[in-house]
Amino acid sequence: MSIDISQFHDVFFEESFEGLDAMESGLLNLDVGAADVDAINTIFRAAHSIKGGAGTFGFMDVSKFTHVMETMLDEMRNGDRDVTEASTNLLLDAVDVLREMLTAVQQKVETDDERIADVRQKLEVMMAGELDPESAITFAADAENTPLSERADMVLGWKIDFRPHRHLFQTGNDPVRIFRELASLGELSAEVNDDKLPLFSYLDPEESYLAWVLTLRGNVAETDVMEIFEWVDDDCDLTISRLTDYSATPTSEVQLANASSEPVTEVPTPSQETTAIVALPETAPNIAATPAAAKTKVSPATTAAASIRVGTDKVDSLINMVGELVITQSMLSQIGDNFTPEMLPQLIDGLAQLERNTREMQEGIMRIRMLPISFAFNRFPRLVHDMTNKMGKQVELKLTGEQTELDKTVMEKIGDPLVHLVRNSLDHGLETPEVRLAAGKNETGLLQLKAFHQGGNIVIEIHDDGAGLNEDKILAKAIEKGLVSENDVMSPEKIHELIFLPGFSTADLVTDVSGRGVGMDVVRKNINSLGGTVEVVSKRGEGSIFTIRLPLTLAIMDGQTIRVGGENYIIPLISIIETLEIKATDMKPVSGKGELYKLRDEYVPIIRLYSVFNLSPHITDIEQGLLVIVEGEGQKVGLFIDDLLGQQQVVIKSLETNYRKVVGVSGATILGDGTVALILDVPGVMALYRDPSLSKPVLNDDRAA
Amino acid sequence: MAKILAVDDSASMRQMVEFTLKAAGHTVTDAVDGKQALDIARTQSFDLVLTDVNMPIMDGLALTKALRALPSFKFTPILVLTTEAGMDKKQAGRAAGATGWLVKPFNPEQLLATIKKVLD
Repeated sequence: MSIDISQFHDVFFEESFEGLDAMESGLLNLDVGAADVDAINTIFRAAHSIKGGAGTFGFMDVSKFTHVMETMLDEMRNGDRDVTEASTNLLLDAVDVLREMLTAVQQKVETDDERIADVRQKLEVMMAGELDPESAITFAADAENTPLSERADMVLGWKIDFRPHRHLFQTGNDPVRIFRELASLGELSAEVNDDKLPLFSYLDPEESYLAWVLTLRGNVAETDVMEIFEWVDDDCDLTISRLTDYSATPTSEVQLANASSEPVTEVPTPSQETTAIVALPETAPNIAATPAAAKTKVSPATTAAASIRVGTDKVDSLINMVGELVITQSMLSQIGDNFTPEMLPQLIDGLAQLERNTREMQEGIMRIRMLPISFAFNRFPRLVHDMTNKMGKQVELKLTGEQTELDKTVMEKIGDPLVHLVRNSLDHGLETPEVRLAAGKNETGLLQLKAFHQGGNIVIEIHDDGAGLNEDKILAKAIEKGLVSENDVMSPEKIHELIFLPGFSTADLVTDVSGRGVGMDVVRKNINSLGGTVEVVSKRGEGSIFTIRLPLTLAIMDGQTIRVGGENYIIPLISIIETLEIKATDMKPVSGKGELYKLRDEYVPIIRLYSVFNLSPHITDIEQGLLVIVEGEGQKVGLFIDDLLGQQQVVIKSLETNYRKVVGVSGATILGDGTVALILDVPGVMALYRDPSLSKPVLNDDRAA
Repeated sequence: MAKILAVDDSASMRQMVEFTLKAAGHTVTDAVDGKQALDIARTQSFDLVLTDVNMPIMDGLALTKALRALPSFKFTPILVLTTEAGMDKKQAGRAAGATGWLVKPFNPEQLLATIKKVLD
């Protein structure tokens, strides 16, 4: 039977990457000098599993590499090796290499052999040459490599004197099975010796009393015979000698108490009846020589289909909800079958129940896509460890709310902005121990990542107790870059906001750590593209808090339905600041370029949506309509609309996949009455307002749809 | 065909072993560690136990010892699956009462050949 073991590769990779994560976090938490044995054990076990699996599934390079790590961890575990900063750092490097190797194998691409060899060599150097990794690893397949000379040597057969100890059965071994195996190698005959068999009344059926002399005829290698007795060689007296004369009969050499056929059947072996095995020649293949070559032919590159692990409890609760939905459905259809006006309350109840079922189903299905944010957080201990090492800072990282769940797509896209913010805090926010001590702070800085739910959103906060934003420096830089004028009077909050402007960077020097030309404007843009927002609150000398707000999911959002020129649109609720009825006297026309509205102490541009979308307006008088103040990319604008209709959750349908990308529109949704409404993309609308030519080819035919 | 208890904390190994044994017509019950295996073993008997050695909570050797103490597992073949080819682990396995061992890595054919040694 041939089994294609490549079908288990996916599971192997999945568990190996999990194992690597466990190793990494375990190594980061190891206390140098006084490491907890349990902690090392956990790390060891992960390495051990990866090695075993890699060997089984034919990834020999991975297996060999892991073997070196495993050996080192084993020594640590046994107390033969101290846990030092250097050794944990090296093991962390090895974890990285291993991750790369596994990724390369998974994606069937080349590995960085130089790096692998380098880290492996470092490990071996640290192991002080006590180890020869090539020889230390034993593959079962080596059985094939038994020297040919031994096999070629013609052997007449073997005489085997086998005297099991009394407890043999209690190891689960059974002489009969051993005989059967021997019989598969050649022609076997057995003579029993029952000298030790007690009288029946003294006989303990759980003990073994018999001994045998076995004659195996055939050209059989000694190692093959030895291997059959491998499991019992400590539980018996065993002598294996070569048959010298083919014609020699065993009976002539061995003293026999009785005939061979009779007593054996009486021996009460505990598990099953024993029958004498006499000469069962069989041309069965030699066991040790059974081809052991791993059946790991390279299968075509498996496309990494995005999959998601869902707890069975979530699936169970969905099934439960479907059950309830079915009940509601049958109830409603019963009402419908012979409806009378008296049944109206029942119908209303039924519809209310249907609504509840639908909502629960929706929430349940959404939950399937939700993952705990620890998936995004778990890279930070390592990042902080590595960066603080490099920068000579001391930072304690505190993660809270790691179980807060977030949509998988949002999770994947929030990773980079989070890394950027954390790097920023480490690089620009938190000070070196000397500076901190001089400022009267604890020399170890505190960096906190918090996640929690608030309203329909998830909030991620990045706190640091570092120096805080330096307003003077920011302002000077902004003036230098021409982002603000020297005469502008700005509150600290306004100045903080400047860091999100495109092209802004406050780093005195572009360091290795942050400042790679990617500024906070990109962070904000990425977060905005997820329908989220990012803000900063900072105080000089005390630290900064960056707050990210994200929608729970990208598939559904809270929307405000509005009406403009006979069309319905949806504005994402998260981008709306307020909605006003305005007076013409608060308007300020700007020559050549639209109108401004004086909103308290600032002027916001007014965008007449009907003109942006080229609709025939129903309302043009600014006092008749409404102004929705929205924010996009850090800028406020007022959208002039006819009316607000209502707020509702809308399911987002992609225009891009069903039609094409449309500037100013992020998607579409189907309203309760079956009509389609476009969802506005606020930054896009702002871009359209500034440059109407963006829309020309698209919007005319789009609106007709 | 035989009724087999397969114990391994690694999902891929568990799946591979289970798939191989089932393909050969055996009935397989899975456990993720020694503790779970022991709980299962208290309520039913098996023709063969295959257990990994290195596992969290309860390792394969402790499981073997505990199984041998159960009347229904006194003579049941127990094979330990171990990557450590070193004799010390084999000795430990023997001392714990294991019937034999299978050295990882092994392929499905080797697994079937090995269990054939202890099954009728």
